[in-house]
Amino acid sequence: MDWLGPEEWQAVALSLRVSLWATLLSLPPGIFVAYALARWRFPGRQVLNGLVHLPLILPPVVTGYLLLLTFGTQGPVGGPLRDLGIVLAFRWTGAALAAGVMAFPLMVRAIRLSIEAVDPRLEQAAATLGASGPWVFATVTLPLILPGVVVGAILAFAKAMGEFGATITFVSNIPGQTQTLPSAIYAFLQVPGGEASALRLVVVSIAIAMTALLLSEVLATRIARRVRGA
Amino acid sequence: MSLSVALRHRLPAFDLDVAFDAPPGVTALFGRSGSGKTTVVNAVAGLLRPDAGHVAVNGRTLFDSSARRWLPPHRRRIGYVFQEGRLFPHLTVRGNLLYGHRFAGDRRAGAGLDRVVGMLGIAPLLARRPADLSGGEKQRVAIGRALLSAPELLLMDEPLAALDEARKAEILPYLERLRDGTDIPILYVSHAVAEIARLATTIVVLDDGRVLRQGPAAEVLGDPALAPALGVRGAGAILSARVVAHHNDGLTELSVEGGRLFLPRIGSPAGAAIRVRIAAQDVMLSRGRPDAISALNILEGTVREVRAGDGPGAMVVVAIGSQTVLARVTRRSCAALGLAPGIPCHAIMKSVAVAPGDIGTGARDAAG
Repeated sequence: MDWLGPEEWQAVALSLRVSLWATLLSLPPGIFVAYALARWRFPGRQVLNGLVHLPLILPPVVTGYLLLLTFGTQGPVGGPLRDLGIVLAFRWTGAALAAGVMAFPLMVRAIRLSIEAVDPRLEQAAATLGASGPWVFATVTLPLILPGVVVGAILAFAKAMGEFGATITFVSNIPGQTQTLPSAIYAFLQVPGGEASALRLVVVSIAIAMTALLLSEVLATRIARRVRGA
Repeated sequence: MSLSVALRHRLPAFDLDVAFDAPPGVTALFGRSGSGKTTVVNAVAGLLRPDAGHVAVNGRTLFDSSARRWLPPHRRRIGYVFQEGRLFPHLTVRGNLLYGHRFAGDRRAGAGLDRVVGMLGIAPLLARRPADLSGGEKQRVAIGRALLSAPELLLMDEPLAALDEARKAEILPYLERLRDGTDIPILYVSHAVAEIARLATTIVVLDDGRVLRQGPAAEVLGDPALAPALGVRGAGAILSARVVAHHNDGLTELSVEGGRLFLPRIGSPAGAAIRVRIAAQDVMLSRGRPDAISALNILEGTVREVRAGDGPGAMVVVAIGSQTVLARVTRRSCAALGLAPGIPCHAIMKSVAVAPGDIGTGARDAAG
């Protein structure tokens, strides 16, 4: 990869790190929220559904600004976090949070669909065999929704890689700190002679996106075949 | 080992209100589709919470609405064999079989994998996936999976209903082995009289959410009052018989109280005790001893009861020793023969009377 300059390489590495963490950390809440929306009937279910989907519909700048208001060092959540030594605003961790929030709806949608496809009668059967609720989930539901979880995670990863608006609003565009791949492309396009660098990063973006999509297809079919036992 | 059930539950079509006790052995919950059978079984398993009532297995209370006690399904120790098997598609047959085993704790000593696999004949299937199994194989695995969870009670909700006749014939012997080889009480839901006649020790007849009748299998199936609920084809008596000999002309001789019965050779050895079902519509009655008649199976008895139906038919109960045979004849014949309680008569079982699948241990067609 010596055709990438150090600054470009830095942006790619940062983007991969941010997206990986964003995906990994949003998986557990993503599965939980998807399960709640698919299976439970509770007051406020539609509100939760709306909240989850909000980042998909809102202008990303708005989401980024809301994150800044909430998680900024003066914000209601950011303040206490800062006292604990965790600062999100203008750090790569904040970029991961922004990417995670933006990717969350896609992940939840994919997982929720796969949960709705699981026959609840299989879960009942597991219960009559002595499995408590968490066991049923771990040994029956989770294995059966694994293809959906993988697809959801890879979609979320791809979305996180491309996240721009909320990230630049929340954590700005600091090279080596918060300058992700899209921010770097944007920055290179703003300076004279930066087009070559921008183009190289565009190629990298396309490569990563295509790889993610292909990988998700291959993995999902392979897991689905194993799960259905065909 | 026993089960006691008393339930009240409001269903869209009717109110369920049942109470019955299931002694050891196979208790058949019998009734038409939509009579509430599955609701009762689901309530026993804990998959449905009834409005009110009480369920206890071996004195252990699983549900008691007055004491606000309700055990969740996973703590009930009840094995459930579903109509559609419900095997886990992501696990192998072995994984399915052992699924409940790990939750069984100390109780699992009594239900070893090898023994259950041997009893159900599923050893060659262990490495396969449910998707590669036939319907009959799936049900055998489902039965094994339930057994290996070391249950105190086994529920079977029409486990054969989704199978064709050949697959049913394949599984029934395993169910008989299960009944005779373990001391786990079984609550068996079915609307097929042939299955019930073959398996049940006790029968509970459900109709529109009520218990119409409960009692020992032979008594309930031989009750003329239940003929409408059992259906014209369903009504019939069960006789206990013993295999006397296998003859050279291909017939097996059975002794029953009051006489001998002949049917095409069956698998059971001489001396074996079996059950024979005789459908009411296959029995003719004669006042005098029939002479020069092709039917081999004639038993002498006394009319105990004549019950006229709504139509032209009547159900006649003939006592033969301590057992009874049901005969469905026309009211006109009853009048012509002067059939009334106390009148001696002969019951002639037509050649088809002893049907395959109705014989205790599996046999072939009957011929005259």
